[in-house]
Amino acid sequence: MGILTIVTFLPLIGVALILLLNQGENESEDKIRWLALGTSAVTFVVSLIVLAKFKTGVGGLQMVEQADWIPSWGIQYYLGIDGLSILMILLTAFISLVSIAASWTAIGHQIKQYYIFMLLMEIGMMGVFLAQDLFLFYVFWEFTLIPMYFLIGIWGGKERIYASIKFFLYTMAGSLLMLLAILYMGIKGGTFALPDLIAGRAAFADVQNILFLGFAIAFAIKVPIFPFHSWLPDAHTQAPTAGSIVLAGVLLKMGTYGFIRFNLPLFPEASVHYAPAIAVLAIIGIIYGALVSLPQKDVKKLVAYSSVSHLGFVMLGIFSLNEAGIQGAILQGVNHGLSTGALFFLVGVLYEQRHTRLFSEYGGVWKAMPVFSVLALIVTLSSMGLPGLNGFVGEFTILLGSMGAASLGPNPWIYTAFATTGVILAAVYLLWMFQRVFMGPLDNPKNKALRDINTRELTIMLAFLLFIFWIGIAPSGYFALMDSSVAELVSNIGTAVVALP
Amino acid sequence: MTFQVPTINMLLIAPAVIVAGWGMLMMLIELFISEEAQEQWTRMIPGLTLVGLALAFVQTIGLWGFDGGTFALANGHPMIVVDNFATFLNAVFLVTGFLTVLLSVDFLRRTGLDRPEFYMLMLFSISGMMLMGMANDLILVFLALELLSIPLYIMSGLAWPRTDSEEAAMKYFLLGAFSSGFLVFGIALTYGATGTTQLPGILTGIANGGSLGLAGAAFLLVGFAFKVAAVPFHMWTPDVYQGAPTAVTAFMSIGAKVGGFAAMLRVFVTALPAIGDTWAPAIAVLSALTLIVGNVVALAQPNIKRMLAYSSIAHAGYILIAVAALPINPDGVSAALFYMLAYLFTNMGAFAIVIAVERKTNEGVMLDDYKGLAKRSPLLALAMAYFMLSLTGVPPTGGFSGKFYVFRAAIEADLIWLTIVGVITSAISGYYYLRVVYTMFMVDGDGEVTAPPALVTAVALTVIATLILGFLPGTWFDVAREAALQGGLALVGG
Repeated sequence: MGILTIVTFLPLIGVALILLLNQGENESEDKIRWLALGTSAVTFVVSLIVLAKFKTGVGGLQMVEQADWIPSWGIQYYLGIDGLSILMILLTAFISLVSIAASWTAIGHQIKQYYIFMLLMEIGMMGVFLAQDLFLFYVFWEFTLIPMYFLIGIWGGKERIYASIKFFLYTMAGSLLMLLAILYMGIKGGTFALPDLIAGRAAFADVQNILFLGFAIAFAIKVPIFPFHSWLPDAHTQAPTAGSIVLAGVLLKMGTYGFIRFNLPLFPEASVHYAPAIAVLAIIGIIYGALVSLPQKDVKKLVAYSSVSHLGFVMLGIFSLNEAGIQGAILQGVNHGLSTGALFFLVGVLYEQRHTRLFSEYGGVWKAMPVFSVLALIVTLSSMGLPGLNGFVGEFTILLGSMGAASLGPNPWIYTAFATTGVILAAVYLLWMFQRVFMGPLDNPKNKALRDINTRELTIMLAFLLFIFWIGIAPSGYFALMDSSVAELVSNIGTAVVALP
Repeated sequence: MTFQVPTINMLLIAPAVIVAGWGMLMMLIELFISEEAQEQWTRMIPGLTLVGLALAFVQTIGLWGFDGGTFALANGHPMIVVDNFATFLNAVFLVTGFLTVLLSVDFLRRTGLDRPEFYMLMLFSISGMMLMGMANDLILVFLALELLSIPLYIMSGLAWPRTDSEEAAMKYFLLGAFSSGFLVFGIALTYGATGTTQLPGILTGIANGGSLGLAGAAFLLVGFAFKVAAVPFHMWTPDVYQGAPTAVTAFMSIGAKVGGFAAMLRVFVTALPAIGDTWAPAIAVLSALTLIVGNVVALAQPNIKRMLAYSSIAHAGYILIAVAALPINPDGVSAALFYMLAYLFTNMGAFAIVIAVERKTNEGVMLDDYKGLAKRSPLLALAMAYFMLSLTGVPPTGGFSGKFYVFRAAIEADLIWLTIVGVITSAISGYYYLRVVYTMFMVDGDGEVTAPPALVTAVALTVIATLILGFLPGTWFDVAREAALQGGLALVGG
């Protein structure tokens, strides 16, 4: 058994152990929590081993594991990792660990099921990022819907049922068209293995514009790209805190990762063809998400809409189709996972105490919770893109990429200019958010009783901050991980870009 | 006119003969059972039925790989063929019967319907289904269809003082008779066009049959479409499924449908490929209509049996996709076979849960009765959720593998538009299947759940089968492919 199989299916051991425990007494509830936490911690350690074994400077797939699964159709169990996915694996392991720790006191009922779904979620996400066979990928991709559906639907807020159904149906409807595209390519190409399909993509190059859309719609819903975003505010707002962290931290990245992993190498000409259109949608998303964030009355909803805006940057980076753009997009995906994940966590800490997320209920929280407020300020600034913190590195690289993007026509700077307004708007809504919650007089008596952050919460936040500062100050190590793979990807689509009129 | 005695190889028809004979034997024995022993006898019947089915199953498995026929006249083709296609379907019918018994035992006792004739009628119906797949002559197709249907009419009315059960039986009977009429008319026209009722004879004659032959094929199609509940010949389905005792519904939702498809595939693949250009588009349209109507109307059903009725209509539509792909892509047969295999386990499992939640006959079959099921009996709710996901077609489930295979067959036949219809309606179906899931898991409520060992066994078996078909479908794809090759294509060429 290879290391990638281990890192994917390790949480299954935790699931089995939890199933064997008797639920009911408080003692066993704590055991369940520790088991889940332990499992995800071990998975995180294994993901670090993967990182240690990972060779930078090599473009292709590493640590490949291949076995026949459905031989008569050429479907394989095929896992592999490269520079495009290594950061996603680390992010998945990290976010899963953190979100399980974040659920400690927030989840009070059906604890057993809850942690089982969290661990199943981790398996699904790992599989999505590691699968190199399209059928296998699709299975993991769809599988992630099931635990998340239950997480939102059982442990979510008031509108949880509506939100969970919407999330499920929206994503599934998009994925089914991707299934058709996968089937078509599998039939024409005679295999479902991604590297083989990329090599033999001439077999379906004639209809690649349609196939591109089949994949793009599935991913666009997941990202989400405007106008496919309407499931996101509901799902994010209604999900339990850990669900929101996983959604923002990893699930949305599955969409952007899908574009990079599948759309670009399989359909390079189509990617070039559609790049301006997607870039325009990305910019609409950046500005729209920012503008809609402004008037929100609910803190969590504001953070949710800010995701639409942030993911717009990632999409713009990807469809710059050059090294800076794609590298920036991958890193910004990680950054968004860290910053927004941390924001959702902080909102969750407040919510656990006050059971409300309305701005009107808060104000002056700094006086009651000084440590918490300082941490919140750092995270807010990181989400804004302040130099020295992680968000800046990602956004800057993306904007750099879009400035020089041959795929975006003769005047790519126009796209950059519009995108930059998003950075300014982000400062407006995020600082205003901070001001309304933390600054001003502490006039709501209920807020005077707020306790400051406890040790568990502080540990989680320090873990977030470690990476927020690390990426902000010394990002070169992160770029080095993906350098070769991105360079190879760009040179593969390079011919198509050059062929532009 | 000389009278010929056909040569008969009893070994080949043994599976069907064992099933029917076992039913008759039990009926005969019952004549000699005294009043006092009657109750004990009634208790023994389900077990005896299982034994009979098991015997037939062993015989069926032994015939795997065999290819031949029997009941042949000296100058003619065999009336019955036994090939992997027939053997595969025979096994499906026997498993259907097996699971139905497990579902019925306690249910019938609980609801006061515990009559020995239920099991005997079921055996007769199963033998009819088996003959549907083995028939090589239109006359035999007709006989098999009647043998399949008549016991089902009676079974639907089993709860007879209750009007909805009587209504179901009456409706089913009237529309069933109507559809038989279509089938006979189709047989007559085909005979007029080709001068024979034997499928191999029709194969060679139909090309010169002209419009008479086309009309014959059209009426045959209508006859089968009634049986498999394809739109617009589905009107009977919701009322019959809702009114019949749930165990009967479970049995016919699979048996009658697969039986209909067995004969449809056999006739269209072995006798009518020459006019495939004509019937394939018709079936494609039928399929699209079935998918759309079945899935959309199911959205509005608060009664779970009625919802599953529309869902079964919709699933007929998915199987029809594979049939429509047939003239271009012979793989459609195996896609349809695999789909039916997955559908068998998933649907049987879902009905097992419906029976567990049902309190008396047709009480406790509303969606509201599923509120809070996850807290009352978590494992059953989990199983039901899994079946619902399988019916939706989410991996890793047998339902997903089935849809994957069907869509693949259709894409290979360039039926892209139909595949897109199938995909969109799948997404629609997610809504009503998920409604069951969230009612169980996310809404609180109480109520009784009856899960005796036999039923739990059935649930466990169907869950395991659905899991296997979901995770490791490869072997079963191959089995379905072997079943299809000998059943259809070998004969298409000849």
